[in-house]
Amino acid sequence: MLHPILFFVFATLCVAAAVNLLAQKHPINSALSLIVVMVSLSVLYLLLGAEFVAAVQVIVYAGAIMVLFIFVIMLLNAGEEEHTHGSRVALLLGLPAVSLFAGLMVWVLGRRPGGAHLGEFLGPTKEIAHLLFRDFLLPFEVTSVLILIAIMGAVVLARREP
Amino acid sequence: MVPISYYLVLSAILFGMGVLGFLVKRNVITLFMSIELMLNAVNLAFVAFATQWNALSGHVFVFFVMVVAAAEAAVGLAIIIAVYRTRQTLNPDRVDLLKL
Amino acid sequence: MDWTTYILVSVIKIVITLVVLLTAVAYTVLLERKLVARIQNRWGPTRVGPFGLLQPLADGLKFILKEDLVPANVYKPLFIAAPMMSMAVALMSIAVIPIGESVTLPWLGVKTPLQITDVNIGLLFLLGVGSLSVYGIALAGWSSNSKYPLLGSLRASAQMVSYELSLGVALIGVVLIAGTLSLREIVDAQSGAWLGLVPKWNIFRGQIVGFFVFLTAAFAETNRIPFDLPESETELVAGYHTEYSSMKFAMFFIAEYTHMVTVGCVATLLFFGGWHGPSFGPEILRALLPVFWFVLKVFLFLFLYIWIRGTLPRFRYDQLMAFGWKFLLPLAIANVLVTGLAVALGA
Repeated sequence: MLHPILFFVFATLCVAAAVNLLAQKHPINSALSLIVVMVSLSVLYLLLGAEFVAAVQVIVYAGAIMVLFIFVIMLLNAGEEEHTHGSRVALLLGLPAVSLFAGLMVWVLGRRPGGAHLGEFLGPTKEIAHLLFRDFLLPFEVTSVLILIAIMGAVVLARREP
Repeated sequence: MVPISYYLVLSAILFGMGVLGFLVKRNVITLFMSIELMLNAVNLAFVAFATQWNALSGHVFVFFVMVVAAAEAAVGLAIIIAVYRTRQTLNPDRVDLLKL
Repeated sequence: MDWTTYILVSVIKIVITLVVLLTAVAYTVLLERKLVARIQNRWGPTRVGPFGLLQPLADGLKFILKEDLVPANVYKPLFIAAPMMSMAVALMSIAVIPIGESVTLPWLGVKTPLQITDVNIGLLFLLGVGSLSVYGIALAGWSSNSKYPLLGSLRASAQMVSYELSLGVALIGVVLIAGTLSLREIVDAQSGAWLGLVPKWNIFRGQIVGFFVFLTAAFAETNRIPFDLPESETELVAGYHTEYSSMKFAMFFIAEYTHMVTVGCVATLLFFGGWHGPSFGPEILRALLPVFWFVLKVFLFLFLYIWIRGTLPRFRYDQLMAFGWKFLLPLAIANVLVTGLAVALGA
């Protein structure tokens, strides 16, 4: 009984925060709305039994990546955005197109039933670790190289020219 | 008892809003945040399918998507900072010529 | 038990925990003032009540009655929301900290553990809450629209984000030994003693380096001396809480001291055996002794915090960042390697 209530509360919160992200003019408000989206997605992951993914979502996404975004917004002193001619055309043409596309996806995905009982499926950390370090070992090592490349690239790109 | 399709519908809605934000917003940082929203929607779809098919590889893929999103955010924001230093603007409409 | 009883028991536990925690925070402030005063060879607060014991009451009244100033130039929504965010996140972390074994509530007749909720990922929850605590500080400094708060908050956020890594990696050693992320099970893995004399705490099981890294990183996370450059008076006026007055400043204060108490609790749970200690006496004493040992150990950690505050000078900012990235993080990773090797060879 609690499962549908929790799902609808946090799904509504997700969608409302995403709408707020698009509606706000100042990027800091958009960043805070995105944080709300990520935290409510983390709760939805908990409802789906993915406890490790929920924790990692909060630690990595809401706790590190969004801090990076907020840092950059604070550093660059980003102001409110302006409406140009291009943005009005994009809204006029883009809104119907995206609504059509999203509506099509909703119709296709909404047709299969398949229930999710609360607490039936659980993603224990031990099993994820087994998968990550045995079957997916090569992608794991490759992502560590990817992170190294990203660190080097970010340091070089953001450096001040002497 | 909530059908898995509800989660997938929510994922589709969030993805659509991410695409809309990417097309409409005129601030590169907000553009980036729309990309992160799209990636989050895809993560939700992965986790929903992992519950449906009782397969934990969905969770492992979410982990990889997060790592890639983090790397991309770091490099993308560094590029934004570099562009801001030369162009003094965060509006992508004004960064349309190679000439300064 | 059915879900109505569960909610009732949880609400009772939350209320009791909040009351005890906020009182503990208020008296930690008093403890700090008295201890730092003694270290500096003076008395500290002695006027209000015997030995100054009612001073927190006077402080609370002062905070409530002071004029709440909101400068004209600030970005109002975030200015008001940032301290609330800080305090809310700080108070959330107490939810997964276990204090003792299970007790049986007299009227409801149910057996409930002395913990608001025992999640399988308790340690990751604490790390996540630590990551979220950066926001209160970053947004407070930015919304104040003034140079000292902005500088202080940028420095504080960079420092907290850097030391979060060492904090997380230092805890991996403990997780390797216990094999679980749940806080209650980590403490249960430390029960018993070798030869009946030396307790099987994690610090005696080779985690001394991990403990050192954890403690240093936790000092940096809570912005305490020797890492309190972002909020020191001599450097940046008052750092990110320069423009805040009365109740909002009190919220930042409560958040900082709650983080101190949480770090003390986590250190005792992970490295010092939590509530395990010598157990003796009649039945009622046996039920209360674990809580007493836990509170005693947390108190010793708070004492350590305040002692270090009164004794050490503070790091310069570049020294601080160099220490975090070039010394502490490699040390923590080395600790994980050695612990992993030991567990793999021993098991």
